[in-house]
Amino acid sequence: MTQTLLSVSQLRVHFPVRGGVMRRQTGAVRAVDGVSLEIAAGETLGLVGESGCGKSTLGKAVVRLLKPTSGSIHFGQTDITRQSQRALRPQRRDFQMIFQDPAESLDPRMSVRSILEEPFIIHGLGSRAERTQWVDDLLDRVGLPATAAERYSFEFSGGQRQRIGIARALALKPKLIVCDEPVSALDVSIQSQILNLLVELQQDFGLSYLFIAHDLSVVKHVSDRVAVMYLGKIVELAPAETIYRDPRHAYTQALLSAIPSPAPTAKRPKILLEGDVPSPIDPPAGSAFGHRMNHPCYSQSIGLDLALREIAPGHWVTADPCCLSAEDWEKLRPV
Amino acid sequence: MTGAPSNILEVDKLITSFETDRGMVRAVDQVSFAVPEGKTLGIVGESGCGKSVTAMSIVRLLPQPTGKILGGRVMFKGQDLVHASDAAMRKIRGGDIGVIFQEPMAALNPVHRIGRQVAEVFRLHKKISKKDAWDAATEMLQLVRIPAPEKRMLDYPHHLSGGMRQRIVIALALACRPSLVIADEPTTALDVTVQAQILDLMARLQSEMNMSMILITHDLGVIAETCDEVVVMYAGRVVERASAAELFAHPLHAYTRGLLHSIATLETPSKSILNTIPGMVASLADHTHGCRFCQRLGRAAADSRQRPGYAEVAPGHWVETCPLCYQP
Repeated sequence: MTQTLLSVSQLRVHFPVRGGVMRRQTGAVRAVDGVSLEIAAGETLGLVGESGCGKSTLGKAVVRLLKPTSGSIHFGQTDITRQSQRALRPQRRDFQMIFQDPAESLDPRMSVRSILEEPFIIHGLGSRAERTQWVDDLLDRVGLPATAAERYSFEFSGGQRQRIGIARALALKPKLIVCDEPVSALDVSIQSQILNLLVELQQDFGLSYLFIAHDLSVVKHVSDRVAVMYLGKIVELAPAETIYRDPRHAYTQALLSAIPSPAPTAKRPKILLEGDVPSPIDPPAGSAFGHRMNHPCYSQSIGLDLALREIAPGHWVTADPCCLSAEDWEKLRPV
Repeated sequence: MTGAPSNILEVDKLITSFETDRGMVRAVDQVSFAVPEGKTLGIVGESGCGKSVTAMSIVRLLPQPTGKILGGRVMFKGQDLVHASDAAMRKIRGGDIGVIFQEPMAALNPVHRIGRQVAEVFRLHKKISKKDAWDAATEMLQLVRIPAPEKRMLDYPHHLSGGMRQRIVIALALACRPSLVIADEPTTALDVTVQAQILDLMARLQSEMNMSMILITHDLGVIAETCDEVVVMYAGRVVERASAAELFAHPLHAYTRGLLHSIATLETPSKSILNTIPGMVASLADHTHGCRFCQRLGRAAADSRQRPGYAEVAPGHWVETCPLCYQP
């Protein structure tokens, strides 16, 4: 049995909505609304969903860049849900983040060397000579020339900048890296270079990834398991191969069918969804997806516990009458 | 002419340059292709390869005063758009050629109601009353399947979601029933489920109105699903063009092959090492001769004094004949 590295339980991240003259709180954006998941050591969990579904918020919350409203986050044996930022600092060595836009996450006034040296300095590691050596090693590891160290991030192309971002995340030899859309800003031919690098690094260092992306083909390529998120909740979670071969939730099925396939002969029928993702400010009382689809069973879903249930070994899906086949619903229906 | 459909647009050796601090930069370098009537031609390539500049050269919407068409012809229904007067171009744009832009929020005016913006197209291109223009605009919104169009007419762009905004931009482009639509990355800013809706809508409207289309995208999946003909561009040059079926079945140029093989699809085995194209997309500002793709790979053919020529290797299948990038 592999060891669980990150364990998130019933996590909620709500942002207050203020209105009126007194700026009182009038509501909340329920960006993440009751998410539970686990990531094992050396595993990649892919997280997909449309924009606004809360996947980036979830990613930031698990590394405590955002404050959870409720629920718990355990990293290894430690509960990091409520730790102060100061208490958390030594722990941060173990979990790092790679951002979508490396142009915005790298300081343009710092040379690449100072960007990569900073994590060591913050954590008081190494002598000056050692740090220089470590930075050179990092650059080499992510496929950048040693001369890159004395240059500035804006001198590099998007793909190279993302390599700098990856090197920074790797610096302290973390156990988990949250990758938030790491390749979506890159050109196709550069995407594959970065994906290969991430896969190699995982094999070399036994890293775990929480890999957030909206591109389902990319997510399938890198992930061991995939979680599909819709309006702040995970609606289906299964091994990558299974979820793509045998999606059970209507939303997963629609999402998969919408991917344009670069083979004109392999046209699949598309499931066209009506409308857009509803607002997380005032989510529907019952099944959010059933509501969007105007499903006849929607009223039935109000008041039901729409938690994830295991429909096959390792394959979890919400027990939602609007989104499952009649047969699956019979299996999961609460008695 | 019998049998073979005629071409609504023929672009012939188009050259577009920009004036920059580092001298003239050739963004479109001798580009030729043709759009058959009623069909969709896709232009695919990575960022900075000149696909958008090609499209904007056709409708002469280049940034002024830096962008200039230096050579070639753009024949649209027998008229050369390169040498058409500004007044004539104003009539053609939004009239007989509609343009759909990538970022709907940038294409719509944030301070005017949707209704006014759509009605304006009718007011400008057809001499009709305000009331008639308003009614025609409502009808357009209905055509692009916007629910409750009368209500949406009174909304501002920021009231609408990304997908709805893109529908409005499509309504603007199609208002005057153009015979050619140029869509520049129309779904890139959208989620995949919304992208599927919009592509489906565009395909339906295209066959209803019998329009021809140029679709610009970096997504080979979108090309495969929507296009009849494909032009692959790299660094301002067309490296290969063919029918979609032919191109995906028999890609010939090294760049096309590299692109096709480097994408992760649902069929690629998990965590396998993907093919990559070494190096990065060429900067157009580097004044060089020879084959641009060889330059990216650092190959000897890059030193040649001339750009490679073209050969038709199968009916309708053209490829740039760099000896290293294309081996018959």
